[in-house]
Amino acid sequence: MAEIVKYNEDQLIKEQGFDDHFHEHHHGDKYQTNFIFKYIFSMDHKIIARQFLITGMFWAFVGGAMSLIFRLQLGFPAEDFAWLQPLIGKWIMINEAGVGSIDPQFYYALVTMHGTIIVFFVLTAGLSGTFSNLLIPLQLGARDMASPFLNMLSYWFFFLSGAVMFYSLFLSTGPFSGGWTAYPPLSALPQASSGSGAGMTLWLVSLTLFVVSVLLGGINYITTVLNLRTKGMSLWRMPLTIWAFFVTAIIGLLSFPVLVSGFFLLMFDRGLGTSFYLSDIFIQGQALDFAGGSPILYQHLFWFLGHPEVYIIILPAMGIVSEVLSVHARKPIFGYKAMVYSILAIAFLSFIVWAHHMFMSGVNPFLSNFFVIFTLIIAVPSAVKVFNWITTLWGGNIRLNTPMLFAIGFVSMFISGGLTGIFLGNSAIDIQMHDTYFVVAHFHIVMGVAAMFGMFAGIYHWYPKMFGRFMNETLGKIHFWVTMVGAYAIFWPMHYIGMAGVPRRYYRFDGFEAFGQFTTMNQFITIAAIVVFAAQVLFIVNFFWSQNKGRKQTTKNPWQATTLEWTTPIHAGHGNWEGNIPTVHRWAYDYGKNGNDFIPQIAPLTEAEKLEDQNH
Amino acid sequence: MTGLLIVGIILLIGIIAVQIGKVSELTARIRGVEETEQRTNNRQAVWLMVFNVVFLVACIISAIYYKNDMLGYGPHESASAHGGSIDGLFNVTLFFTGIVFVLTHIALFWFAYKYRRQKGRISTFFAHSTKLELIWTAVPAVVMVVLVTQGLVAWNEIMPDVSPDDEFIEVEATGYQFAWDLRYPGADGKLGTKNYKLINPANNPVGQDWSDPKNIDDYLPAELVLPVNKKVRVRITAKDVLHNFYLPHFRVKMDAIPGLPTYFIFTPTTTTEEYRERLSEYPEWQVPYDPADPTGPQRWEVFDYELACAELCGRGHYSMKRVVKIVSEEEYEEWQSQQQSYYKANIRGTEDDPFGRLLGYEADEREKELTTDFESALILDDPSETSIRLKNLFFATGSANLEDDSNFELESIVKILKEYSDVSVEISGHTDSTGDDQANQLLSEARANSVVNYLTANGIRANRLQTVGHGSTQPADTNETAEGRQNNRRIEMRIISQNI
Repeated sequence: MAEIVKYNEDQLIKEQGFDDHFHEHHHGDKYQTNFIFKYIFSMDHKIIARQFLITGMFWAFVGGAMSLIFRLQLGFPAEDFAWLQPLIGKWIMINEAGVGSIDPQFYYALVTMHGTIIVFFVLTAGLSGTFSNLLIPLQLGARDMASPFLNMLSYWFFFLSGAVMFYSLFLSTGPFSGGWTAYPPLSALPQASSGSGAGMTLWLVSLTLFVVSVLLGGINYITTVLNLRTKGMSLWRMPLTIWAFFVTAIIGLLSFPVLVSGFFLLMFDRGLGTSFYLSDIFIQGQALDFAGGSPILYQHLFWFLGHPEVYIIILPAMGIVSEVLSVHARKPIFGYKAMVYSILAIAFLSFIVWAHHMFMSGVNPFLSNFFVIFTLIIAVPSAVKVFNWITTLWGGNIRLNTPMLFAIGFVSMFISGGLTGIFLGNSAIDIQMHDTYFVVAHFHIVMGVAAMFGMFAGIYHWYPKMFGRFMNETLGKIHFWVTMVGAYAIFWPMHYIGMAGVPRRYYRFDGFEAFGQFTTMNQFITIAAIVVFAAQVLFIVNFFWSQNKGRKQTTKNPWQATTLEWTTPIHAGHGNWEGNIPTVHRWAYDYGKNGNDFIPQIAPLTEAEKLEDQNH
Repeated sequence: MTGLLIVGIILLIGIIAVQIGKVSELTARIRGVEETEQRTNNRQAVWLMVFNVVFLVACIISAIYYKNDMLGYGPHESASAHGGSIDGLFNVTLFFTGIVFVLTHIALFWFAYKYRRQKGRISTFFAHSTKLELIWTAVPAVVMVVLVTQGLVAWNEIMPDVSPDDEFIEVEATGYQFAWDLRYPGADGKLGTKNYKLINPANNPVGQDWSDPKNIDDYLPAELVLPVNKKVRVRITAKDVLHNFYLPHFRVKMDAIPGLPTYFIFTPTTTTEEYRERLSEYPEWQVPYDPADPTGPQRWEVFDYELACAELCGRGHYSMKRVVKIVSEEEYEEWQSQQQSYYKANIRGTEDDPFGRLLGYEADEREKELTTDFESALILDDPSETSIRLKNLFFATGSANLEDDSNFELESIVKILKEYSDVSVEISGHTDSTGDDQANQLLSEARANSVVNYLTANGIRANRLQTVGHGSTQPADTNETAEGRQNNRRIEMRIISQNI
């Protein structure tokens, strides 16, 4: 029953839109007139989104560059790295033969900073911060966040947190070096490692500020989603992006405070002589007075955030990918309700699986039974999502542009990395696999690469919304293919290294007969990492170059998408819509319906559709 | 130089890429956007298919190539009793996930290829299907039930602690920055108590409490040596920060936590020798261990099991190695007999030693020594030429009263004299040259008499015993040093006749 729906967007908004008397209240946004308030201390969610994005990109560059330095050491342990001295100075140690290699202490500092930066600054703030800010008001038909001021504070706390962390990189004792999980006693005792002195203090301060940022952002996202949806935008009509950001914010709000409480107890142990995590310690020739604490308590508090954190990272990427796949396949996302329920199921389960990081940490083995069961149950909603994404492609009319390629790449990465989670979630297999390169391969593919792919899909897709221009497609495709092939080249071989039993966080492998046989493979991985990093530099070049030189966006809705963000002017000011706010009459996924390529959410139901609705 | 070269090459590639980008945009404008988009779209679809095929083939080929490093394949089989179930579970999981991996990837890339954009086509409106969604909820759920069940059965067999009537060897591993201390219980089969406050890197590395007799025979070897097919309970702990006791070949891994001892129980099933034999069949192990010395031993010949740390513990984390040896029962017993108790080697007789001058185990050894001395004197032509020194008889300075510690030695003498009831002996006293000669003479006689009095009181007939005092007239050593004088103050025993 082909029935072509005809409409005129601007007219629809004018006639059917909701008049909130925007112009009478905001006479040209007076407070935005100077540069400082428009671009620096801005309260416009679109500017804040770009601030999050560019700060995140800066950190991604720093975190990625760190991984290159330690990969060089792992791949070419005999090579002379004295040429890195201008960059890292005294952390290059020169032996008698005149060969410079990276100091083990600094190697561990790099590994730690790489993890902390990528997990928190790039994949939490850079990903969720950027797209939640950009899309929640735009896709819901809101003028801005519920509290633009808190939103601004959220960014500036993130900035401050980053500044503190950045400062710690230049300490003479080095930044914190005890792993991104910061397990005490290593993180609690300055005697245990030079990075556990001032470096750890700044690490704790930085991450506490970061949590403030996440909480200010999160409470805003939740309030906005619940209260500022435009007329007609029921929860079940929200795009999956919004569902993902909404649930992510709830998870963050419930779990980050637990992390901070863990941090506070650690600060007490470090500074006030309490024994929450410490007991029976003899270090550097001295028996310490701490008694009765348990290092495992910290691990519980840490992973109570730490596990939900991986969903805080991956859910926004899933949301973005769902949206991008649907738009560019020109098809409704398959099983919309199942997708929402699986997001909710994953979010719920994420709170009762944390101890699967601790199977081998000395907790009662009986407890592990429950954590195994809940952990492997997560495979079910995850599988549903994967099958639904694949089915979304079936029968589509697929544009294989850069955002779509990254979205497809995301699905591939999520499958590859997700499946290895089934090995690790089973405690018996974890006995052997725990803390080996198999784990490194698993989490890098499933939450590192996959989440980055989600972020790239989002950046390429919404770049026109942010800057009014497109990124260069050819460079984008080169970026995609090098990253796709390169990321697998880096992380796939790590499965074999892990299966052979090689532990992670080793500065060199030649001390052990069992771990030393992968010299060639480690070189290969390092070279692949350099190539992939080069491709990311290409992306950064493309990103900034396109802001001024990219192809101009000439129509409001270049992707022919259904959602509301494409009904705003190309260069939308603060407040997003000039006149009325658009109102919504249908869900976000009417692609290919009744012979229409797409029907936007603002288009009213046709008579036939109303009839169909009634019959349901 | 290589670094500069690499940077240069990367820069060059970057510049080329940017130029390609510009050019492609120009050509698009010339050819017409619509047509160019269609062409790129088709090309990308083909690339995706190429990637799909190459990727899956590469996965399979690399898996075959690295088969010998994979869990449960090639020489990489578990050397412990429980390890087989872990390897088995790994491979069952690999089977299921492998199928899902291949099928989903084929579907993902095939759909992306097949349904690539064609001008004017409208996609199929296919928004949901309860039936399909139920299928792909149910199938993974069933597979997960299988895996969870198998996994938990294995887990609950591997992890429980020993029960009291189990037969097992207990050893202790203590991690610290950056090595492991290993402790064995010694002959009593029990590890002594310890306290971290007693740790002293110089003479008490794990903080053993020396007042606990269980500590007396504990030994701290440099290698973890275990008998094959015997259940082992490793008590795992740490001194400073977290470590992890990791035996990759045995599928053993457990955190070592200061103040919170953990354990892992396993049974080694393959001796080091057997494992070497197994490795000798693989070409990658048939190469010289030291590439610079092609005639030296091959890799398999020098293979050893290893203990590693698997929990980040600071700058030396990667270097916490101990060699692990699995040997036959007989070899294990021999090895055990060669180990010396840490207490005996380092603590006995020092100021940290809480015990008196003679301990039970030492009395037994002393008795053996004394008996041997006595018997070897007896078989001489003239036994009376040999004096046997009774070195564990103690008197307070200037006194002839025997101290309690002397009882071990005295009882041994009683025992020997009772066994050789036809032997008469002379007990002689000696002093050093300090003080008055007269007094020394009297003291030496009195001390000899004290010994004889003890012996007669314990059932040795007095007519078998003679006493004599020599004062300081027969020094055994110099009187110039304290040590020499100590040697001169002594009681000796001499056989004077046999066959009464």
